[in-house]
Amino acid sequence: MTPIASIEQLAESYDLVVVGAGPAGLSAAARAAELGLSVLLADENPAPGGQIYRAVTTTPVRNRAILGEDYWRGADIVARFERSQAAYAPRCTVWSIGPDEAAPGSFELGLSLDGKARIIGARQVILATGAQERPFPIPGWTLPGVMTAGAAQIALKSAGAIPSGRTVIAGCGPLLYLLASQLAAAGCQIAAVLDTTPSGNWSKALGAIPDFLRSPYLAKGLKLMLTARRKLRFVSGVTSLTATGSGKLATVQFEQGGRTGTIACDTLLLHQGVIPSVNFSNAAGCAHDFDVEQHAWVPRVDAWFASTVPGIAIAGDGAGIGGAESAALRGEIAAFGAASRLGKLSEAERDRQAAPIRTELDKKLRGRRFLDLLYKPAPQFLAPPRDETIICRCEEVTAGQVRDAARRLGVTGPNQMKAFLRCGMGPCQGRLCGPTVVELIAETRGSTPAETGYYRLRPPIKPVTLAELAALPQTEASVKAVVR
Amino acid sequence: MSAERRSADVIVIGGGIHGCSTAMHCAMRGLSVILIEKDHAGRHASGVNAGGVRQLARHVAEIPLSNTSMAIWHNIAELVDDDCGFTSDGQVLVAEDEADLEGCRARVADLTLRGFHHEEMIDAKELREIVPAVSESCPGGVISRRDGAAIPLRATQAFKRKAESLGATIREGVRVTRVEQDGPNWRVVTDAGDFLAPRIVNAAGAWADRIAADLGEPVPLEVIAPMLMITAPLPAFIKPVVILRGRKLSFKQFGNGTVLIGGGHLGTPLRDQNVTLLDWRKLAISAGTVWDLFPIMRGAPIVRAWAGIEARMPDDLPVFGRSAKHDSVYHQFGFSAHGFQLGPGAGAVMAEIIATGRSNVPIDGLDIARFTTTH
Ligand SMILES: Cc1cc2nc3c(=O)[nH]c(=O)nc-3n(C[C@H](O)[C@H](O)[C@H](O)COP(=O)(O)OP(=O)(O)OC[C@H]3O[C@@H](n4cnc5c(N)ncnc54)[C@H](O)[C@@H]3O)c2cc1C
Ligand SMILES: Cc1cc2nc3c(=O)[nH]c(=O)nc-3n(C[C@H](O)[C@H](O)[C@H](O)COP(=O)(O)OP(=O)(O)OC[C@H]3O[C@@H](n4cnc5c(N)ncnc54)[C@H](O)[C@@H]3O)c2cc1C
Repeated sequence: MTPIASIEQLAESYDLVVVGAGPAGLSAAARAAELGLSVLLADENPAPGGQIYRAVTTTPVRNRAILGEDYWRGADIVARFERSQAAYAPRCTVWSIGPDEAAPGSFELGLSLDGKARIIGARQVILATGAQERPFPIPGWTLPGVMTAGAAQIALKSAGAIPSGRTVIAGCGPLLYLLASQLAAAGCQIAAVLDTTPSGNWSKALGAIPDFLRSPYLAKGLKLMLTARRKLRFVSGVTSLTATGSGKLATVQFEQGGRTGTIACDTLLLHQGVIPSVNFSNAAGCAHDFDVEQHAWVPRVDAWFASTVPGIAIAGDGAGIGGAESAALRGEIAAFGAASRLGKLSEAERDRQAAPIRTELDKKLRGRRFLDLLYKPAPQFLAPPRDETIICRCEEVTAGQVRDAARRLGVTGPNQMKAFLRCGMGPCQGRLCGPTVVELIAETRGSTPAETGYYRLRPPIKPVTLAELAALPQTEASVKAVVR
Repeated sequence: MSAERRSADVIVIGGGIHGCSTAMHCAMRGLSVILIEKDHAGRHASGVNAGGVRQLARHVAEIPLSNTSMAIWHNIAELVDDDCGFTSDGQVLVAEDEADLEGCRARVADLTLRGFHHEEMIDAKELREIVPAVSESCPGGVISRRDGAAIPLRATQAFKRKAESLGATIREGVRVTRVEQDGPNWRVVTDAGDFLAPRIVNAAGAWADRIAADLGEPVPLEVIAPMLMITAPLPAFIKPVVILRGRKLSFKQFGNGTVLIGGGHLGTPLRDQNVTLLDWRKLAISAGTVWDLFPIMRGAPIVRAWAGIEARMPDDLPVFGRSAKHDSVYHQFGFSAHGFQLGPGAGAVMAEIIATGRSNVPIDGLDIARFTTTH
């Protein structure tokens, strides 16, 4: 592995640029380099690992029991990558992608590192940008003291920090139990876990149980859930949540089976599962479909994780939630695909080498459907019923405003909604409000999220400063092209 | 107002600000109208432009139309029941040096002779008062005080909704594939069947050359993709919209603090795919211009950049008015990246011409014949 410390050290172009150094990106980059491609792996974090293995090489958390064995497995993936010939640019944000008009079939990527921007070329691109937590707007979620559970996990992994004072964790999904156990093990004072998993989901998920019984999740999941339930105050069947406080979080109120409860706390961690983070693939022009079981937009990919834009593949959780181990395997398969498209590997050889990995992947994905069905969020958490709930934090747009625009002004889709309410126009580019806006429009108009569509996103995929852009090196040809 | 209506007095092709405005003004005059739009109203140039509502620095051939429009903009809510986000803080053209300023003086003198008074010279002192952040070296400029900005998609859809409420039939998601004569009518062939009308308006924006070609009036339309970018909110530092005389730049801070940076640098349009490609090296030139002029902006994060698909004519003027070949065909396209402001007024003038045969607003020099008779 060749570390890249400054933007000038980047080559003019690479056979393959991989974006994101989670398990998918690390495995894709390592495999591609092993197959003889010139590879750049760019990631905005200071160290490799992505979400799950965040800071695995640098974390101050020394007690291995706190983060669990699954976390430490990341060290092997990082070590394999470090042995490879790939170039690695940490602290490097990739903010744009587009076809290279001078070299048809290739791409131009805009990158920033250390306050400087550059545009480099790539013949193939693998997006391994991972997942994000599903937005979970409740009344009061913008109060200081309320954050997402994932944010707390990031602080724990990268800085060894835990929320101070009484902490409540609320929401649903397999990660909820993991987070609760990790935080509890690290000494966080957890006042309660409020589980919003709808009880009706069990019957819908029943049919998927046989696969789940044979899946690697079962033992792990059961153990996590049982420990969490045994050690922590656990309230299941929660149907409504409100955070209150003046200027700062003071209590969380909840409803459960017709009764209401109130818990005084200093921190509220919200989590409603994870969904593919589609901003990059969307802005790159890749087609997406609404996956009804994962209840999320997912890029359309083929067996090699190639998207509908030739030359761009999407690996890992960004191509549909599958978990860390499947992310690594999908990264490998995507790398085989890219290598064969570049002519480094015959199709037969590609198929042969990828076969055992595919078998492994099938095994890892078995049981996923059960989790998707069981942890599908309840409708009232997808489309907040109370009008005053803020759903777009950047522009402070409420659920009531979106419903009103959909009803009274006949706004049919999220892109039109932008023009009326500015939701999705802030720095997060809809990352936080997109799924909720879609849900609210669909609900109001009596249609489905799939029919409603999603934001059409625009680069820069991540903000780039005017200074970085102004200092972008200009070639003589491009200066001439402007003077027309 | 039935959605199944297949014939009308007028068919408008294209649901940009121009098509929607013309449809609305026709409906106000009691004509039955069908508007056909292949995507949704405002999906293209009219929904993604900079929203600049500017009389400043227009070509003289456009000024009468622009003035008509400006009067409407200042009462827009009364007309379409929505304020369209219109605000009026003026637009300023900044001269970067004495030569620029001399050009400004000559321009304003010429306008005065022609009887137009909306552009006024300002000296360095007044420039600094209105635009305190501008670089010290700029000697002055021109202001158009009634100018401003609006929210493009919202404005376009307000015209559409008002047209609909007045009885116009709006068909979105329907593509016109051909137009042909059918006795006294025009047959407008679409992917959702045929429509008939004695009169048609070609307001198809960057695709209008195809309709014109069907009508036997080919035009040298160039498809362009002007680019824009916008920053995260900054402390308020500028009210009017600023444009430069020398370099390509237009610049506007909204009430919420975000700054829109434009100025005519072009990306690549792929009109058959409804897609544009950005050219970051050219956007970097805009960023460099802002860096020079407004030091306060240097650390601002750019959160979004985009381009729209627009029609440009060789002389940068629209094609507006009756066809040169057919009495019952009207063209309204080719706004060359400055047609948003013109929309409300152009629709009123076009509807007047359709309904009465004439208008007092002069549109000389915008005729399609300028491309068909000279060669
Ligand atoms: C907050 C959160 C916490 C999670 N915690 C766990 C957990 O503890 N255990 C578990 O099993 N699963 C967890 N998951 C699910 C988990 O993300 C995955 O299963 C796994 O990490 C997916 O791997 P990946 O390689 O697809 O993406 P990730 O591991 O998410 O890696 C993506 C990487 O891409 C980088 N990136 C994204 N965009 C850009 C860009 N434009 N430029 C440069 N770099 C970019 C990101 O910063 C990140 O480093 C979590 C998910 C989230 C959202
Ligand atoms: C980035 C950018 C910034 C700009 N900034 C400004 C500004 O600040 N101020 C200003 O005054 N102007 C500005 N403009 C220019 C302005 O946006 C346009 O001049 C104006 O919107 C043109 O309107 P239109 O109705 O002619 O075209 P459009 O809005 O493009 O509408 C034409 C419509 O016709 C439809 N259509 C085409 N073919 C067919 C078919 N066969 N069947 C059915 N429908 C069809 C299209 O789908 C399209 O919706 C800017 C333009 C851009 C792109």
